[in-house]
Amino acid sequence: MEAFVKLDGLVAPLDRANVDTDAIIPKQFLKSIRRTGFGKYLFDEWRYMDQGQPDMDVTHRPRNPDFVLNQDRYAGATILLTQDNFGCGSSREHAPWALLDYGFRCIVAKGFADIFYNNCFKNGILPVVLPTKVVDDLMGQVKKHAGYRLMVDLPAQTITTPGGETIRFEVDAFRKGCLVDGLDDIGLTLRHAADIQAYEERRRAEAPWLFAGQTR
Amino acid sequence: MSATNKTLFDKIWDAHVVRADGDMALLYIDRHLVHEVTSPQAFEGLRIAHRAPRRAEFTFAVPDHNVPTTGRALGIGIADPVSRLQVETLDGNCAEFGITEFRMDDPRQGIVHVIAPEQGIVLPGMTIVCGDSHTATHGAMGALAFGIGTSEVEHVLATQCLMQTKPKNMRVTVGGALSPGVTAKDIVLAIIGQIGTAGGTGYVIEFAGSAIMDLSMEGRMTVCNMAIEAGARAGMIAVDERTIDYVEGRPYSPQGADWDKASAWWRTLHTDAGAEFDAEVHLDAAAIPPQVTWGTSPEMVTGIDGKVPDPARESDPVRRTSIEHALKYMGLVANTPMREITVDRVFIGSCTNGRIEDLRAAAAVAQGRKVAKGVNAMVVPGSGLVKEQAEAEGLHRIFIDAGFEWRDPGCSMCLAMNADQLAPGERCAATSNRNFEGRQGKGGRTHLVSPAMAAAAAVTGRFTDVRELAK
Ligand code: SF4
Repeated sequence: MEAFVKLDGLVAPLDRANVDTDAIIPKQFLKSIRRTGFGKYLFDEWRYMDQGQPDMDVTHRPRNPDFVLNQDRYAGATILLTQDNFGCGSSREHAPWALLDYGFRCIVAKGFADIFYNNCFKNGILPVVLPTKVVDDLMGQVKKHAGYRLMVDLPAQTITTPGGETIRFEVDAFRKGCLVDGLDDIGLTLRHAADIQAYEERRRAEAPWLFAGQTR
Repeated sequence: MSATNKTLFDKIWDAHVVRADGDMALLYIDRHLVHEVTSPQAFEGLRIAHRAPRRAEFTFAVPDHNVPTTGRALGIGIADPVSRLQVETLDGNCAEFGITEFRMDDPRQGIVHVIAPEQGIVLPGMTIVCGDSHTATHGAMGALAFGIGTSEVEHVLATQCLMQTKPKNMRVTVGGALSPGVTAKDIVLAIIGQIGTAGGTGYVIEFAGSAIMDLSMEGRMTVCNMAIEAGARAGMIAVDERTIDYVEGRPYSPQGADWDKASAWWRTLHTDAGAEFDAEVHLDAAAIPPQVTWGTSPEMVTGIDGKVPDPARESDPVRRTSIEHALKYMGLVANTPMREITVDRVFIGSCTNGRIEDLRAAAAVAQGRKVAKGVNAMVVPGSGLVKEQAEAEGLHRIFIDAGFEWRDPGCSMCLAMNADQLAPGERCAATSNRNFEGRQGKGGRTHLVSPAMAAAAAVTGRFTDVRELAK
């Protein structure tokens, strides 16, 4: 996983609440057995006018001019600013894969759905929750000023606006550490193999049926 | 919360903590369910890192999302090569890593959340995960069950554990008794209507109260299934004698001395009197009418006597825009009575409502009636065993005589990854759990209802109060 330390990025606004993972990456693309290549189908049903299919060449597909990411001023954005309950619905990790593959490294919202929030950290994306009023302010600024950027500093847990205002955000220490160091969680857990072993032995004595597990 | 007065959730959580690290706990996972869509990249990750599953025997797999629902008895495979590759990849991974799989031609195959309880793979008190948000279903057994992403699927395969922060406790109490014709699905839609799709974010919800405990195990699974639609990490229901009766004698459930020991522990799996919750919600079952969603989020729901809302009356600007978006997508006009909305398609099935009791409820309405002209209606049993049981009871004859299609088991039009899809603009009464834009096909319009209400819509061609069809 790519580490996340600081990011100075162009911001794109997605001014909708309850954006679900079906919208982030529609199901037909979930048939892929790879982790990459989802970026061109990110928000497929909103972004294109035709019906998207896996492995489709997107260069000549008709774009929806009303969809925000199709506006030139947001090309190259790495920070997505959005409303509450972003990433609700299906647990598909294809959603953060698609956002990452498109280029987003940070998502700022009023709130996230739990599974999506967690999936972001596993993929080097930083999800930031900010209060309603702060997001509403930023939303206004981004729409008003072309080329609006934010400076995200994860170790310091701050976001700095172009005007120099510093906004603090919360993130739990464990997740922050993994993201800053780009750590592989599995490797971390395997360091506790002896604890896992001890737990299994204790549990086997307490609840042997869990380990019997054979069909009759 | 005092140490002696624990919630159901606390009891199960505490029994599974391998070690605690500040806010994080390393949680032991008893059973891991796997399907073809969210697992290939996890197995690939294991291969790349040269890791083996820690306990392959605790993992069970089944293909369900991509499988066709017609022609299976004839041995016709998957026509779409991309879908086929995904199912074959699962078969190959399970064979390589020594994981039990119920393959497409196995009579026990079906939707992962239907077959796991059916087989006794998931049991009270367990921690259960699956790379699928509707894993919440298994909380009905008095278990802690939640959906995870693919990275975590790989993590569980490699370590049989997950790093988790402990969610908060919420209790939703549904008191009183349901009126006839009102079902588990209506309860859970009413709850989501009340607390919203983010209302449960950060919580595990325990569903309690007389109306919940009066439900069959199938009904409890329907309620817990949609806990995720309220944003909750998991839903769960206390163990009672009904739970224990349901579990007894299933292929993977314990026997003999193991059974005695297990069931004694299971009988302690309920919230102690005096235990405290971080949040409490109350509903009165008697006040819940049959529910129908009108929008593109499960919280956009009303009773059958309700109307499509008017965005002009919404003061909150974000909500107003959401309603406007939804009405445009759904092709609905503000203030239209729900009963005047006609349907093109009806889908009865999914992990929410594809169990035997659901098919019985739908068949009771379909019996002696005909699917309305111009409506296409299909019934997709949740598993091969549900299908067998329904056929043994003659339910398939009732459906077929009424003009419903009788299909083979799978997720089908719940998410339309296989050939079963809505065409743009088609309107569907569905017993599944998500009415998101494009969920059942690009441009498709989904209204979530109970199985009885779906059957009522099929035979009348519009949303109808099923209580009026009762003989
Ligand atoms: S039936 Fe629908 S919700 Fe359930 S597992 Fe299948 S796709 Fe997911």
